[in-house]
Amino acid sequence: MTNNITKLTLTETIEALKRKEFSEEELNQAYLSKIDTLNPKLNIFLEIQKKSRGIPAAIKDCILTKGTKTTAGSKILSNFIPPYNATVIDKLSEQGVSVIGKANCDEFTMGSSGENSAFGPTKNPWDLNKVPGGSSSGSAAAVLADLCTFALGTDTGGSIRQPASLCGIVGLKPSYGRVSRYGTIAMASSFDQIGPMTKSVEDAGLVLDWISGEDNYDSNCRKEKFTLQPGRLKAEIKGLKVGVPKEYFGKGLDAGVEKVVKEAIKKLEELGAEVVEVNLPHTEYGIAAYYVLITSEISSNYARYDGIRYGGTRDLFGPEVKRRIMLGTFALSSGYYDDYYAKAAKVRTLIKQDFERVFEKCDVVVGPVSPTVAWNLGEKVTDPLTMYLADVYTVPASIAGIPGISIPCGFSDNLPVGLQILGKYMDEETILNVGEVYEQATNWRKEKPKL
Amino acid sequence: MEKGKTKAMNYEPVMGLEVHVELNTKSKMFCKCSADYFGKEPNTHTCPVCLGLPGALPYINKEAIEDCIKIGLALNCSISEVSRFERKNYFYPDLPKGYQISQYRWPLCVGGRLQVTDNSGQEVTIRINRAHQEEDTGKLTHRGNETLIDFNRSGVPLVEIVTEPDFKDVESVRDYAKKLQQIFRYLGVSNADMERGDMRLEANVSVRPVGQTELPNYRVELKNINSFRFMVAAIEYEIKRQIAALEKGGKISQETRGWNDDKKCTFLQRSKEEAHDYRYFPEPDLPELQIKPDEVGKIRESLSELPWDKQKRFVREYKLTEAQAKILSESKELANYFEQAVKHGKEHGVEAVQIANHIINKKINIEEILPTQIIEEIKGKKVGIVADEGELEKLAEQSISENPKAVADYKSGKEAALQVLIGGVMKLSKGKADSAKLKPILEKLLKG
Repeated sequence: MTNNITKLTLTETIEALKRKEFSEEELNQAYLSKIDTLNPKLNIFLEIQKKSRGIPAAIKDCILTKGTKTTAGSKILSNFIPPYNATVIDKLSEQGVSVIGKANCDEFTMGSSGENSAFGPTKNPWDLNKVPGGSSSGSAAAVLADLCTFALGTDTGGSIRQPASLCGIVGLKPSYGRVSRYGTIAMASSFDQIGPMTKSVEDAGLVLDWISGEDNYDSNCRKEKFTLQPGRLKAEIKGLKVGVPKEYFGKGLDAGVEKVVKEAIKKLEELGAEVVEVNLPHTEYGIAAYYVLITSEISSNYARYDGIRYGGTRDLFGPEVKRRIMLGTFALSSGYYDDYYAKAAKVRTLIKQDFERVFEKCDVVVGPVSPTVAWNLGEKVTDPLTMYLADVYTVPASIAGIPGISIPCGFSDNLPVGLQILGKYMDEETILNVGEVYEQATNWRKEKPKL
Repeated sequence: MEKGKTKAMNYEPVMGLEVHVELNTKSKMFCKCSADYFGKEPNTHTCPVCLGLPGALPYINKEAIEDCIKIGLALNCSISEVSRFERKNYFYPDLPKGYQISQYRWPLCVGGRLQVTDNSGQEVTIRINRAHQEEDTGKLTHRGNETLIDFNRSGVPLVEIVTEPDFKDVESVRDYAKKLQQIFRYLGVSNADMERGDMRLEANVSVRPVGQTELPNYRVELKNINSFRFMVAAIEYEIKRQIAALEKGGKISQETRGWNDDKKCTFLQRSKEEAHDYRYFPEPDLPELQIKPDEVGKIRESLSELPWDKQKRFVREYKLTEAQAKILSESKELANYFEQAVKHGKEHGVEAVQIANHIINKKINIEEILPTQIIEEIKGKKVGIVADEGELEKLAEQSISENPKAVADYKSGKEAALQVLIGGVMKLSKGKADSAKLKPILEKLLKG
């Protein structure tokens, strides 16, 4: 029974509760007992809340929960109990969602493997020697291991999509401005978005419906709410134009991943989509521009952890956070601003224009999420640059502020591979439709690790 | 003539002014906390935003932006259709985010001007570089070995007004600062009280040989000076200090100095080497600030008449002298009082000039005497005055019964409430009651 309950998607869980197949108490009990068994092995939750009511969700630990410790994976905030809720938490609780646990993540969401957490890495449920991806490492692993009905992650340069890909779940980064960032600890303010990490595409649409829309506490949050239409997503992509950027299939892409992704694209074609080749010529500058812009914002955003108010000095920052603070401080320094920040901002415009041009020719852009499948724990920790390059396919959409989703599309070396679907700004609906059609036609989402 | 003096005549000061003014908006610049912090229990007007807590974000207060535009318009600035907030990064315990949200490359109001009077009584134009919007910091109190932080002031809206280096003497600096204060009060955007820190002055002072057209290659910033008087003293001292140094063949360094009023001298606060690199960059938490021309038009229409416009109108409309008009337009309250009295005066054949003379010469306290009363005073023993005590008492009783609140106020100790009752009698008597006799009558009735 327990296993059957926790296997259900969010949508199925809501239906089952409506039909009174089980109670909210039984639902929570099922998840809590599974957490009891698996959390020590996987190191997913930093805090667990034993409740008997509500639909249990895992919340990335950089999202503030009033009265519940929120550390963002950092020793700097190891005793921080927020006096207020993030807007997304209030919106979820209006829908009857409860927080079952605060999910581990790379310290202050800086990382691509989960290993930068000050509280130890989360393990990939497919292979405990592998990373789950990051920075929303705990959120992805919690969804995969059925320790929650769904999770919230945050994505600045790929932190939802990449762990979703490496764990084989659905991860949606909404358009910048779709979801209020208020109460979510910022990494890079002009990039950060909160998004759903779920067991199905339909669930991702439902959670986005819940958390999106205007908020008078985030000036960059737009009025337009995403609404999941009744009758849900339309299972139809005939004639839809799918753009495949050749820049996403070049050097550095693992052959196994490439094969799986290309098969997925072929599947979309079989399902009626028209595949067109497109160019995103400024992709190669994406990573450089991204790391100049985000580190600049980070150097300013992290000044508030000055050792005066949160206990502990700045020595408690981990090496990756220190590295980014220093890089950004340098990039903004007098005499360097034009060469770094200003130039990177120009590249940002060019990358935005790349996408605008491409979206004149196609409805969505598809490609890999990550150049490789999950790697071994410890493999890249000493080589930050290689770690940065893991973001090469996810960063451009973050720079452009457009929505992107990762959906499971197969396996390479017995590890999951994600298909990335990018859409026009504020057009989550189309990428969700494509994902839904693909998901319905395949069985990847039902593959689960034996734990 | 002494040798030194001749030489001193060869230098002229070149000065610019930066003025910070705290707006009296209801809420703070980027959150919903009350901006009315003065004298309040420390750290009671705070929230996650103005405390800079993790996850908190700024949200723009439109009222503050409108006030900034009003200031810009009063200073003949053009209002940028697109401007931007930027972050000014520096560490200080009173700055909870580690940066101040300010404007730098893209200010809201640019390129204005203001006429001031210099040492010799000449009108000179001071060019305004910008008026931009920013937020205030918290307040530190040092007590023995500890320092206390009060964040009630953190995030209160500030407008910074920066001039070009157009000041050549101290008098024009003083006049400029006074005029700004008058503008802020006329516009109703700030109390502009120097002592409370509503208005703060910083002067950039340097000197150059007369005849040199290019700007000196240094400037000394005079900071943290909280009165007009101290600022004037500091500037005068600084000009002398710099000239003396140059005459000795010395070089003056770029630095920040404060004013020691006990020793009557400026002192070094921060040298150039210690200057901050603020690492300004566009505030990523806020969108561009877009102001449509029709919004500016609406604000322009809503602007109250500015002091110098009022002054000109008083001369034109009421045939006052320049001097009279200037005094009567000193504050908006006094100007309104004068015009109300003029209105009453018309009904009683009293000329505006007579009224102006009366207010100025008698130093009328406008808080105590009603405009209708001064018409009576001017008319003096003119015909029609109600001086009969019995009749006055009747009118006073009627006024008392019609103004129960004023009676209650008076009885609770607010003596000023008596003016309301006097005003009531004046109204009943169409301004003909003898105000001198009226006061004791009212007092007697109220006590009885």
